[in-house]
Amino acid sequence: MTDLEAAVAAGVLGADEAHRALLQATVEVARAIFGAKAASVFLLDEEADELVFEAVAGEGEGDLIGMRFPAGTGLAGWVLTTGEPLVVDDLSADTRWSRSAAESTGYVPKSMMAVPLLVEERALGVLSVLDRPAETKLRLAEVDLLGLFANQAAIALDLLQRARRARAALSGEGRLAPLARVAARLEEDERDTAFELLAALDRLLAETR
Amino acid sequence: MSAAIEFHEHEEEEDLPAWSLPAEAVDRIRLPVTLPDQVTREWAWGGSTGAGVRVCILDSGIELEHPLIGRVDRSVAVLRDEDDALQVVDDAEGDLCGHGTACAGVVRSLAPDVELTSVRVLGAGYKGGGETMLRGLTWAIEQQFQVVNMSLSTTRTKYVERLHELADRAYFKRVLLVASAHNMPVESFPWRFASVISVGSHEETDPLTFYYNPTPPVEFFGRGLDLDLAWLDGGTLRATGNSFATPHIAGICALILGKHPDLTPFQLKSVLYQTASNAKEAA
Repeated sequence: MTDLEAAVAAGVLGADEAHRALLQATVEVARAIFGAKAASVFLLDEEADELVFEAVAGEGEGDLIGMRFPAGTGLAGWVLTTGEPLVVDDLSADTRWSRSAAESTGYVPKSMMAVPLLVEERALGVLSVLDRPAETKLRLAEVDLLGLFANQAAIALDLLQRARRARAALSGEGRLAPLARVAARLEEDERDTAFELLAALDRLLAETR
Repeated sequence: MSAAIEFHEHEEEEDLPAWSLPAEAVDRIRLPVTLPDQVTREWAWGGSTGAGVRVCILDSGIELEHPLIGRVDRSVAVLRDEDDALQVVDDAEGDLCGHGTACAGVVRSLAPDVELTSVRVLGAGYKGGGETMLRGLTWAIEQQFQVVNMSLSTTRTKYVERLHELADRAYFKRVLLVASAHNMPVESFPWRFASVISVGSHEETDPLTFYYNPTPPVEFFGRGLDLDLAWLDGGTLRATGNSFATPHIAGICALILGKHPDLTPFQLKSVLYQTASNAKEAA
C-alpha cells in the first residue's frame, strides 16, 4: 500500500473504528439503562437479506460479532419486517426460538425487547435488549425510551456503514482508488501542482454544467 | 402498479356513487343503520360474538389448529412465481414466526365467532417486503373483508402513495383497516392515514378498555402490555407491543360489525369514539 493510499485508508479506517466504538458504547449504555444482561445491534445486510451481529454488550460479547441469520426469521427479523417494536417476556416458551438461540449463541435469554433501527426511511437493523430485571414490571415508557434510544443507535450504525463504503471506494478495486493511487505516486513538491490541477478541473466542471 | 389498475376494474361494477343527489333519489341513500342518541357499549356490541364477520390477519400466517384460535377459514400467502411476479396462493405453511398467530388469537379471544383468514406477507426475508404487503392488502380489499388487522408498518416513502390509495379504497369499500402505530420518532405507514384506525397501547389489563385520543395521529389506544398470546406449536407467549394492541381494537370492531353489519368505517369510528373508555367517563 502506498503512502497516500495508506493515509486515506487510515483516515477512513479511523472513522470506521471510531464509529464502531460509538456503536459499542451505544449498546453498553442501552444495557446499563435497562439493567439488562445483554444488548446488541444487528445490521441488515440487504444484499444477502441477512441480519449480522454488529455490536454486543454483556452476554455473548466478543463471540457473536459477525454471526448471521436470515432477515425474516427470529425475533429480530420480525421486528425488522413488521417495523414494530416488540417485547417478549418468556422466550423459553418459544421452543423453536430458544433452541436455535442456544445452538447459535450458547446463551438463551428469558426476555427480549427489540426495536427496528431506522434512519429516515431506511431500516438499517435492529437493537435488542436481553433479560431486563424480571422483578420490575415493564412499563410502556420503557418501550418508548428504547425507541428513542434506537434513534441514536441507528445514527451510529449509519455512520459506520458510510465509513465502510468510503473505505471500499478508496481502496483496492474501488472506483475512487485510482485517485488515491495517483496522489500517492506524486513527490512531495508535485502535490501542490496536482491539487491545483484538480481544483481547476473542478472549476471547469462547475462552469460547464 | 397492478394495484391501481385493479381498482378501476372494480369501479365499473358499481352503479353508485352518484356525483349529485336528485330529489327523487333520496330514497336510494336511505341509511341501513343510524346511531341512537346514546351510543352505549350495550347498543354497540351487546350479545355479539362477531358471528358473520370476516376478519383478515395480514401478517406472518396463522398456525392451524391452535387451541386458542381454532378454525382458520382460509390461509393464503403472497409468493413470487417463477417469473418473479407476486401471486396470492393457497397456503398450508401455517405461521413462520408466531406474530400472526398472536394477533389472530387476540381477535378470537374477543370475537369468538368471527371467520378468520390469514394472508401471509411476512417471513420471507426483508427484501421485497413492501411489495408483498401491498399485494396482500390489495387482495384483502378485493375480497372485501370487513376488518383487516395490520400489525405492521413501513417507513419506505416509495410505497406511501399506493398505500394511501389502497387505504382510501378500503375505506369506501367498507373494509376497515386497523393498523399499528409506531412509538418511535419516525414516519411510518399506513397507520398515519386518516382513513384507517390507528392503534397504540395502554397499560391496563381489561381487554375491552380502550381510549380515543383527541390529539392524533394515533387515534385509539388498546390493551398492549404483558399479554398472554397464542404462539407457535400450540403454545402461548407473554409479550408487549402495539402489534398486539391492534387486534384488540380489530376484535372490538368485529364485535360491533357482528351486531351492526351495515356500519360504514366512518360510522364505526364514531361508535368506537362514543364507546371509548374516556368518552364514557366524560359522559
